[in-house]
Amino acid sequence: MEDRRTADWWIDRLMKNLMFIGGISAIVFIVGIFIFISKEGAQFIFEGMDVREFLGSPLWRPTSENNPTYGTLALIAGTASVTGFAVLMAVPFSLGAAIYISEFASNKSRETLKILVELLAAIPSVVWGFIGLSIMNPLIIQLFDVPIGLNVLNAGLILGLMAAPIMTTIAEDALKAVPDRYREAAEALGATRWQVIRSVVLPAGKNGLMAAALLGVGRGFGETMAVLMASGHSINLPNSPFDSVRALTATIAAELGETANGSEHYQALFTLGIMLFVVTFLINLTADLVVRGIRKA
Amino acid sequence: MFQATARNLRNQRIESAVKTLFLAMTILLVIPVMIVLGTLVVRGAPVISWAFLTQDPIQGMTAGGIFPALLGTICLVVVALIASVPVGIAAAIYLSEYAPDNWFTRLINLAIINLAGVPSIVHALFGVGAFVLFFNFGTSILAASLTLAVMTLPVVIVSTRESLQAVPQAYREACWSMGATKWQTIQKIVLPNAISGILTGVILEVSRTAGETAPIMFTGAAFFLPFLPQSVYDQTMALSLHLFVVSTQVPGVPDALPYGVALVLIGIVLLMNAASMTFRVILRGRRRW
Amino acid sequence: MVTASQTAPVTISVENLSIRYNEKTALSGVNFDIHQNEIFGIIGPAGSGKTSFLRILNRMDPTIPGMEYEGSVRFKGRDLREWRNLYALRRKVGVVFPLPVGLPMSIYNNVAFSPRIRGIRHKTDLDEIVERCLKRAALWDEVKDRLDALGSLLSGGQQQRLTIARALSQEPELLLLDEFSIAVDPVTTMRIEDVLRELKEELTIVLVTNLVQQTRRLADRTAFFLTGECVEVGPTEALFTGQVKDSRTRDYVEGRFG
Repeated sequence: MEDRRTADWWIDRLMKNLMFIGGISAIVFIVGIFIFISKEGAQFIFEGMDVREFLGSPLWRPTSENNPTYGTLALIAGTASVTGFAVLMAVPFSLGAAIYISEFASNKSRETLKILVELLAAIPSVVWGFIGLSIMNPLIIQLFDVPIGLNVLNAGLILGLMAAPIMTTIAEDALKAVPDRYREAAEALGATRWQVIRSVVLPAGKNGLMAAALLGVGRGFGETMAVLMASGHSINLPNSPFDSVRALTATIAAELGETANGSEHYQALFTLGIMLFVVTFLINLTADLVVRGIRKA
Repeated sequence: MFQATARNLRNQRIESAVKTLFLAMTILLVIPVMIVLGTLVVRGAPVISWAFLTQDPIQGMTAGGIFPALLGTICLVVVALIASVPVGIAAAIYLSEYAPDNWFTRLINLAIINLAGVPSIVHALFGVGAFVLFFNFGTSILAASLTLAVMTLPVVIVSTRESLQAVPQAYREACWSMGATKWQTIQKIVLPNAISGILTGVILEVSRTAGETAPIMFTGAAFFLPFLPQSVYDQTMALSLHLFVVSTQVPGVPDALPYGVALVLIGIVLLMNAASMTFRVILRGRRRW
Repeated sequence: MVTASQTAPVTISVENLSIRYNEKTALSGVNFDIHQNEIFGIIGPAGSGKTSFLRILNRMDPTIPGMEYEGSVRFKGRDLREWRNLYALRRKVGVVFPLPVGLPMSIYNNVAFSPRIRGIRHKTDLDEIVERCLKRAALWDEVKDRLDALGSLLSGGQQQRLTIARALSQEPELLLLDEFSIAVDPVTTMRIEDVLRELKEELTIVLVTNLVQQTRRLADRTAFFLTGECVEVGPTEALFTGQVKDSRTRDYVEGRFG
């Protein structure tokens, strides 16, 4: 009887199921992350937290003996200022680099430039933080004549350099996705390359460029070590780029080691984690929807 | 006629000015890489020696070598690879060879993108909550490596999936028509022709994992450990954490020491990246179809 | 006119077959038999459903999202839907595609692929199979000194003959050819046509082609498909000498439309 279900048949069926288990792993882990950090922070959210204080107060004093407060406004301001500064600095340069690499560069220099951008992306966060500490810090003190060089400016510049590679890559993808026939049509009308870029390519690729900026924001928002080491240690609302601040991510990294498992402070830190998770989730979701729209076209 | 020429000339001048501007911006972006590397090399090289790499630290971490940290980083990376590569490859095979084009597959892809975007400190929190506490591994190489594995899983999945999808569909159909099962086809044609791409992704994963600090800080890496780890349930030192602590929390450290540590760390990272890039170039030369 | 093949046992029996992709019907109302040891030609313009028909014969429909069929197709009396191991069915059917496919492995391994899956491991056995199949596919002389060269880097004509060698290595009962000569030079086409005439003695061949003259050279009986309908089936000579049941067949065969 030739129509038997042989070993091959059963192995094929088994492998299909195994591969499926691997396939859902990403979903399992992303859900798992949310569950586990919520679990550790849950008690704080439902019992100890005063939402108005949490979101509205700049006083983050979890270790105060008499009256611990968990106001995250200063921390949010810290993250926002550093990320904002970083994106502001990096967006024009990343866009310029993407335009140059995608529209002007010769094939050979394109390869070299892309490699250099990749190298920029490869530098670990802690090394960037170290650079902020050891090189940028004295430089800022000297150049601007300020007492402390660990501040918004320092961390912002470092973050900008860290976010730039991904912004450049996505922006470059977005520009590449603009069909050549748009460019050809404009060139046939006698436009120079720059005119073509300005009037045709950039408007056509603007969704992707926005996604690139968004991804850069997401990257900056989630950065930990570099910000921890370069932004200083004071928890306050910044008045100038020379003020020291503390970001949400850095707060968790700086304080988790000193909390007792299950204490209110510990739970509050996990709650900060939940906040970070949700915000970066939303940023990445939005950026991805836009990026996927481009890649499909 | 003259007017046209004048406009042309003006346009051309704008064109080259713009081109130069964008080139300048690009260069300004990549110059920091050179500066960073240059500074690390100049200030850190004096510290590097065979002894530095193979001996233990002494005098409260302010002198001596970084061997335990180097070893620790290698252990963490290896265990993380063992955990993430099989799962990542399986996930990629599922997405490339089996997954139907429906909402569930889109959900998986969404999860991958988001997993890749989770901040490293949140991965650390997950590691603490899940591996250290819930599964009761305690702060250990195991917990830290698993945390790293979850973090770098997307990298393996995405690069493997791309290599698998690069194999032409015609080959699969030819095999299926001969009566090969889907798994036999994957095993004999698809995977072997994607292996080089997979390796490139793995090398990249190694370079990213070696540099991470936050995910291992609270899950298994420690700064001052008197003994080398004996099993995966022990804590370990690690280069990235070593750099962090030595540059921020240890008094009396000679200036050059942290530069040396940073240089070793970035040396490993860049070596892996260079290997991955060289691999990619070699691949492009070796056409199999 | 009754051809010799029509008295032979029936290999494929098609009854009321219709094929659709999602909501779109690609073929409907197909009824005919294909006899053992005949070359059965199928002609018709692009989009008539010829390739879809072939896909059903070796049950490749589950691999194509959205493809479904109604009606019954029997292979040697057994309904294709009753097969529990489709891989076993497919092993009995050899397929040659329009675009030549040399698998990216050595020529030897290309031809040894199917025997290995069937469990044949001994090198001497495999050597013998590889040589026999390459000879029958008229490729042996050109490649016998470089059997470890990559099959995917051969010329189009060679890759197509390699595909035939692979199909032969399955020891198939049925051979399906889907416009095999599209990407192949005329000399190789002639050589392959000679091979098919020899193979007819051992197996049944279904030849889909849009080269009308090719079917006249090779096929005992021919079916004419037109926009998803099987217009008519009959002895090839009859169709080409005007003894048609439907005038569209004569128009197509005489080149009045394509």
